[in-house]
Amino acid sequence: MSQHIKPVSRYTTAARINHWVTAVSLILLALSGMALFHPSLYFLTYLFGGGQITRAIHPWIGVVLAISFLGLFLRFFTLNFWNRDDTVWMKNLGSVINNKEEGLPELGKYNAGQKLVFWGQSILILLLLGSGFVLWDTYFAAYTTIDQKRLSAVIHALCAIGAILIWIVHVYAAIWVKGTMSAMTRGSVSGGWAWKHHRKWFRQEVGKP
Amino acid sequence: MSVMQALDLRRRSASSVPPPPAGAKAAVPVAKLIDVSKCIGCKACQTACLEWNQLDQPIGYTDGTYNNPTDLTTASWTVMRYTEYEHGDDLEWLIRKDGCMHCDDPGCLKACPAPGAIVQYTNGIVDFISDNCIGCGYCVKGCPFNIPRISQVTSKAYKCTLCSDRVVVGQAPACAKACPTQAIYFGTKDDMIAHAGKRITDLKSRGYQNAGLYNPPGVNGTHVMYVLQHADKPSLYAGLPDNPHISPLVGIWKGVMKPLSLAAIAFAGAFGFMHYVTKGPNRVTEHDEEKAAEVAGSDRA
Amino acid sequence: MASLAPTFGRGAMTNSWNDIKNADVVLIMGGNAAEAHPCGFKWVTEAKANNGAKLVVVDPRFTRSAAVSDLYAPIRPGTDIAFLSGVMRYLMGNGKIHQEYVKAYTNASYIVKEGFKFEDGLFAGYDAARKSYVDRSTWDYEFDEQGMAKVDETLQNPRCAINLLKAHVERYTPEMVERICGTPREKFLKVCELIATTANGERSMTSLYALGWTQHTTGAQNIRSMAMIQLLLGNMGIPGGGVNALRGHSNVQGITDLALLSTSTPGYLVLPTEKETTFADYMKARAFKPIRPGQTSFWQNYGKFFVSQQKSLFGNAATKDNDWAYDYLPKFDTAYDVLKIIDMMAGGQMNGLFCQGLNVMMAGPNKTKIHRGLSKLKWLVVVDPLQTETARFWENHGEFNDADPKAIQTEVFQLPATAYAEDEGSYTNSSRVIQWHWKAVDGPGESRSDIEIIADLHGRLRALYKKDGGAFPDPIVNTSWAYAKPAHPEPVELLKELNGYALEDLPDPADPTKLMLKAGQLLPGFAVMRDDGKTSGGCWIYTGVYTEAGNMAMRRDASDPTGLGIHPNWGFSWPANRRILYNRASADPAGKAWSERKKYITWNGSRWVGGDVPDYAPTVAPDKSVGPFIMNQEGTARLFSRTAMPDGPFPEHYEPMDAYIANPLHPKVTTNPVARVFAADAKSFGTPDKFPIVATSYRLAEHFHYWTKNVHDNAVVQPEMFVEMGERLAKAKGIKNGDWVEVSSQRGMIKAKASVSKRFRPIMVDGKPCDVIGLPIHFGFVGLARKSYPLNTLTPPVGDASTNTPEYKAFLVDVKKTTPPASQPAVA
Repeated sequence: MSQHIKPVSRYTTAARINHWVTAVSLILLALSGMALFHPSLYFLTYLFGGGQITRAIHPWIGVVLAISFLGLFLRFFTLNFWNRDDTVWMKNLGSVINNKEEGLPELGKYNAGQKLVFWGQSILILLLLGSGFVLWDTYFAAYTTIDQKRLSAVIHALCAIGAILIWIVHVYAAIWVKGTMSAMTRGSVSGGWAWKHHRKWFRQEVGKP
Repeated sequence: MSVMQALDLRRRSASSVPPPPAGAKAAVPVAKLIDVSKCIGCKACQTACLEWNQLDQPIGYTDGTYNNPTDLTTASWTVMRYTEYEHGDDLEWLIRKDGCMHCDDPGCLKACPAPGAIVQYTNGIVDFISDNCIGCGYCVKGCPFNIPRISQVTSKAYKCTLCSDRVVVGQAPACAKACPTQAIYFGTKDDMIAHAGKRITDLKSRGYQNAGLYNPPGVNGTHVMYVLQHADKPSLYAGLPDNPHISPLVGIWKGVMKPLSLAAIAFAGAFGFMHYVTKGPNRVTEHDEEKAAEVAGSDRA
Repeated sequence: MASLAPTFGRGAMTNSWNDIKNADVVLIMGGNAAEAHPCGFKWVTEAKANNGAKLVVVDPRFTRSAAVSDLYAPIRPGTDIAFLSGVMRYLMGNGKIHQEYVKAYTNASYIVKEGFKFEDGLFAGYDAARKSYVDRSTWDYEFDEQGMAKVDETLQNPRCAINLLKAHVERYTPEMVERICGTPREKFLKVCELIATTANGERSMTSLYALGWTQHTTGAQNIRSMAMIQLLLGNMGIPGGGVNALRGHSNVQGITDLALLSTSTPGYLVLPTEKETTFADYMKARAFKPIRPGQTSFWQNYGKFFVSQQKSLFGNAATKDNDWAYDYLPKFDTAYDVLKIIDMMAGGQMNGLFCQGLNVMMAGPNKTKIHRGLSKLKWLVVVDPLQTETARFWENHGEFNDADPKAIQTEVFQLPATAYAEDEGSYTNSSRVIQWHWKAVDGPGESRSDIEIIADLHGRLRALYKKDGGAFPDPIVNTSWAYAKPAHPEPVELLKELNGYALEDLPDPADPTKLMLKAGQLLPGFAVMRDDGKTSGGCWIYTGVYTEAGNMAMRRDASDPTGLGIHPNWGFSWPANRRILYNRASADPAGKAWSERKKYITWNGSRWVGGDVPDYAPTVAPDKSVGPFIMNQEGTARLFSRTAMPDGPFPEHYEPMDAYIANPLHPKVTTNPVARVFAADAKSFGTPDKFPIVATSYRLAEHFHYWTKNVHDNAVVQPEMFVEMGERLAKAKGIKNGDWVEVSSQRGMIKAKASVSKRFRPIMVDGKPCDVIGLPIHFGFVGLARKSYPLNTLTPPVGDASTNTPEYKAFLVDVKKTTPPASQPAVA
């Protein structure tokens, strides 16, 4: 039997709660938003208790998401700065997709793909928040023109689709790369996972006193 | 807002309408014709609208103009807008009754996400069905004329119904009934266009060379039309749009974006699935675990 | 009304609302029909849309009527006579009068007495001490030995009425009109040209006016000027013509018919003066013999109408032996109109006031004086369906009514009355059509109809007089009160009483063996009224409204066989269901229509025929030369009005009492020399050095007088008082739209929000710009609309010489920016 080290801690409890609050908000936002976006998905409003309630709570969930995501952002933004290795990694994206990671540079806590997810969602959520306020007629109808609202509606929809697509990538990556889920469920990953995917980070983690 | 209609539907928001039974008679499109050149701005139409629709508009303040209330509200579905138009030594006081234009291609209906909250009857009337309204305000964004208003109390959208509840029993809208100078006519759209033609001839004979009918093609015509003394410059009349059309932004938002977005999401899902099937999962090998242990051990040693 | 009767014989809108559609030119001046009479204005839009009519509006401001007009001309408030006299000068100077009509149907050819003159702003016979034309003996025609007026058919005699008129208006050149009225010369001439197109019998002009003409110290003469223009044009008696007084209430014509003036009794009969102590004296002055050969002079029947009225009022107590109870009638020493009553209250000469259907606190001029007067009363009874400022005059409403309730001892009784839809009855509209209205709902709470309130009051007074006697109880005790339920007279019973009954069997005059009417039957028309006590009738002009065939006021047949808007079976139009008065004048002297277009009543060889009831004896042939103005002793209409007008037989321009300039025509007589000013008010007029801005007051389409500020939806569409002014004035005073401004006059001060508008332009008077501001009358301190200072805080307490109508339409003010009233927000 081969030698396994103890799981490597990747996320604190607080970070995991923060993530899941964000995740649940995002899913609820996607469901309620899609319900109001496309008539064929209007049935999703029943999940929330009808169209009126769906319309009313969607922006509030958005506020939860924004605050929650701000927490994630503050936690992780320093770890998501782009470096030269990320560029190399991106150039070899084809190999990564084909499950061939040999010869890639050693990575820190996040690879370029994860960083792109991070920055992508950061920017999109900021845009969604801004355009969302413009569309939140209950409180803010008077502050913008109808043309600005129209533009916001398009931006909001585009950003939402973008965010959903990134979310799909994010979720699929967690499914595809086995051993990932435990990072967000139990807060730790196996040593092998850390070694394989985030070697530099792994070295730092094990190098800690 | 309107009661259950015995009117057939032509369009229904966020849903489709079954085609009429074979052999069914098509309803005749109706229209209200507002002859601005006959309007004296007395606001009888406004009060008739308040009364017939039992609207409770609060008493406001004057802002130093004759516009009272100063704008459309959830309880004022029509208001008069007064413009003092000075040209040279002459003055004209242009008085336009503002309210829903009942576009033949209604932007509100196009924008509405709630099935059946906005309907268009086969006679052309565009009506808001409150029971189905979710108060999202998309109709406000869809409307090229800035007409619908959302109630802070009921969170529903309101606007002129063209008195669909009167029309269905063969009555003219309350405003047309109340108008003392017959500046508001109601009838079939063809008749209204013909009548407007006579009025325009009269206006031209009185020196209004650019008199004409406002029935903007950008929204495929409207079921509320104006006779204007200066049809070449509709915007003179308190900002009546010169060439109204559903905003291209709304067109994108409620047009190509809807299928493309679903396609993109479906594609992303499918791509992931295919990737998983063809490439398989990315697993951590025993070798990786060993290396990890090795590194951890050596480093910690 | 006080100007139409001296000209034509009757004081009422001459044509009908519906008839306006037949006009080719519609002149709105001295009114704002679109704003104040929007429902009637529909006939103007009809005339425009279907008859190609041109609408001309002459007004100090660009009104809602002007908004749909073809031609608008500005005019300084209170200068209408100068404008209209200028029009007369234009018409006569350019040969644009209907010669044949003028010659045959007016007193143009009548020779006026030597001695009649007009000099330095005064007509002959002025008594400066009494401020009155005491000696009006020269204001008349030359008469021959038979008592017939002398005429010169050739119109060569310089003392022919028309030649005197020509000379009189010669001073009103377009330049003078521009100087006085501020109407640009080109605009004035354009109006003249358009008016002149109707001087031919082919085309007609209708004149629509309202309080914009009456509420001046020259009010009656304003209207007379137009009446004269219409005579010169031949526009009287023809479809689409006429001088049409648009009345402000749905039933003002009705109240006028039933004795609006304190010196009248119903049907335009006159109350005796204190000098007419006997019936014989009274009748002597009312013989009304024709003063041209063969003329009708319909007022010759005065005795029949008077006796029938006395029989109606006093029943069996009016007998031949007691001169038909002549002694029961009050004999007046002076007119007790609203202005007089206010003056007496303020002077402490009255104990009580019974205020029914009148909100005197808002409707009278000079609110401060009215308030002082009401405060001096012992008691005040207010009968009204609504809360009124009058009933609440003693309450403190902050700045808006700064009263001290502790200092006011007046005991106020409010009797709630029903409103129009809570009772049935009749309305008489502007065009004299009496229409029945039915009850829709019961009145709220303890409200009672005005009739019930008066009946109850009468019953109690009568019981007191019966019990306690008194100085002269007979008129009250003997008032005829033959109603089925004395405490609840039915409106139908009252209308029948006004119509009149045969009190005894009346034989047929054509065949004395037959009965025309049995005792107790309703009279079919005033022609059967008698002066022998065998008929009754409370208001002779209404006779025919309720006959044995039923209540004519209830008729609702909209059919119009001629298409001329006559609708003969809709309601009942007094007199005798005529829709156009003096309609004999629609035909030439030979009885042929002046034109096919204006064909109305013509002679067919044996009778006068047409869609309307001829205003003429139906079988009198044209060759008898009986004039079409049958009420006048002349048979013709009066360009020269003889003594009927207290301020002159011809109209003359006088400045409003708050005079903006010295009268350019005669600076020593700037204002109307016989305007009615009480001694107490002598110092209440403003001068332009202190008050350099001209103000005018008016109504808004959204409101009805002081009533609808109590109605939610009306308050929604016009919620608050404002003052309209032009951009030039606003800029000079640093005022923006919506700012609070203070408007002050010699009488007082109000605050209101500014409405700055291009529709008010400075008017060039005597070469200098004159700023005009406008003030709506509707807002007060009671009701649902925002509280406001009553506008009559500013208006002058002065009355027209003929009617005592207050001068609400032209007065001097100053304007400055100010702070909001304590109880109002700075911004909406």
